[in-house]
Amino acid sequence: MRELHTSVLVETVRDLCIEANYRLGEDVLGAFERAAREEPSEVGRAVLGELIENARIASQGVFPLCQDTGVAVVFVEVGQDVHLVGGDINEAIQEGVRRGYQEGFLRKSICHPFTRKNTGDNTPAVIHIEIVPGERVRLVVVPKGGGSENMSRVTMLTPSEGVEGVKRFVVERMREAGANPCPPVIVGVGVGGTLEKAALLAKKALLRPLGTPNPDPEIAALEEAIHQEIQCLGIGPAGYGGRTTALAVHMEVFPCHIASLPVAVNINCHSARHKEAVL
Amino acid sequence: MSDPRCRRGVDPGQEHPRDDRRPEAKENGLSAKRVVALSTPLTKENVEMLHCGDRVALSGVIYTARDEAHRRIVASLKKDGTSPIPLEGQVIYFAGPSPSRPGNPTGSIGPTTSYRMDAYSPVLNEHGLRGMIGKGGRDRRVREAMRQYGCVYFGATGGAGAFIARSVRSVEVVAYEELGPEAIRRLLVEDFFVVVINDVHGRDLYEEGQSVFRKAP
Repeated sequence: MRELHTSVLVETVRDLCIEANYRLGEDVLGAFERAAREEPSEVGRAVLGELIENARIASQGVFPLCQDTGVAVVFVEVGQDVHLVGGDINEAIQEGVRRGYQEGFLRKSICHPFTRKNTGDNTPAVIHIEIVPGERVRLVVVPKGGGSENMSRVTMLTPSEGVEGVKRFVVERMREAGANPCPPVIVGVGVGGTLEKAALLAKKALLRPLGTPNPDPEIAALEEAIHQEIQCLGIGPAGYGGRTTALAVHMEVFPCHIASLPVAVNINCHSARHKEAVL
Repeated sequence: MSDPRCRRGVDPGQEHPRDDRRPEAKENGLSAKRVVALSTPLTKENVEMLHCGDRVALSGVIYTARDEAHRRIVASLKKDGTSPIPLEGQVIYFAGPSPSRPGNPTGSIGPTTSYRMDAYSPVLNEHGLRGMIGKGGRDRRVREAMRQYGCVYFGATGGAGAFIARSVRSVEVVAYEELGPEAIRRLLVEDFFVVVINDVHGRDLYEEGQSVFRKAP
């Protein structure tokens, strides 16, 4: 059985936290550039220009993309044929986050929910571990901003509300969110499962590269229909008015109970950060 | 004679002719070209001549404060009328920067979402606060307090914290250091570009700008 020392996880998570916060994905940058060519609003184009320049400055490694360097959400897929040695996998990931946020000059944004006392090192990270076939470990670090997370919602629709109900809920959520979640946003939608499964699907939908529709053509068509409705809201870059309100809508679906239609909307700001490594 | 608080001898009131038409009149939305240079602290006259959609290059001292700092300032004002920072004529920036690397005055320093400060802002307006910088809409109570006491709400581009950092010359923690990123910082800024979202005349850039591009699906 393949052995992997958890110290490798510490180093990798550390590096991913830093890289994610300084280097915006090429897919997001490409979407900015395309939007800057197509956006009819003059102020909207100016905002998109600022975002492109912001990403360029951040890539030099002095200033992170955003001061909100997020809660560290870490997705881990552990191959069932890997033997992790050298300590607790959870503690290794937390240590990686601790080092990444300290050594990368990233903001420590995590506090006690009631006392609001800051934990001081951006831990605990929110960790999702899955066991998968194979002998590899895949790590995805998602620094998730608070402003867009605050605009996210989960609801339990009735089955009779159907596809139209899902559409209405997502578009209405975006309308209410307005300028708050830093548009142009990426909209992750999770449909089905249970309350927490829908939320997790919505978050995972944010990890899909921009420009990649859902492989099911019917779901892909629904993504596109919702995207068009969101653009019609007129919110635009930074909410100053325009056509570029969302860069994409990504939907993931899962079977659910005959009584239920769970729907989650997880909004990601334009600083859509995630980096991954396979060990 | 130009207002001495306006930089480069520009009288913002005369720099561009006022156009009070609603922006629906303009096919491509709001113009990005009108820029007013202002230095802090701001006077009532400074804020009265600003209109929704104006771009403002702010220079001088501003203070950062976000959730917990607001809660504490308001608690202190209610308890004994004191505040850890001056409020009269001042500008508060809803922001909590990332840590500075050696040799840099600040880390990234973009705005945080403003509605979370709605519960506190009217109290600060009563004490003479003249400007707030953030992102996202404000509630009716805040907008009414801004009109009543003479305060402007500016927008900075959310998520452009690295870009905005270049306008910051110096940073000093002046209160609540134990709050870390939420501590109150005194910033010296130069040409910090912001947009007037809510002016003292009751207009709202989000409503006006979005109405130009809103359409039936």
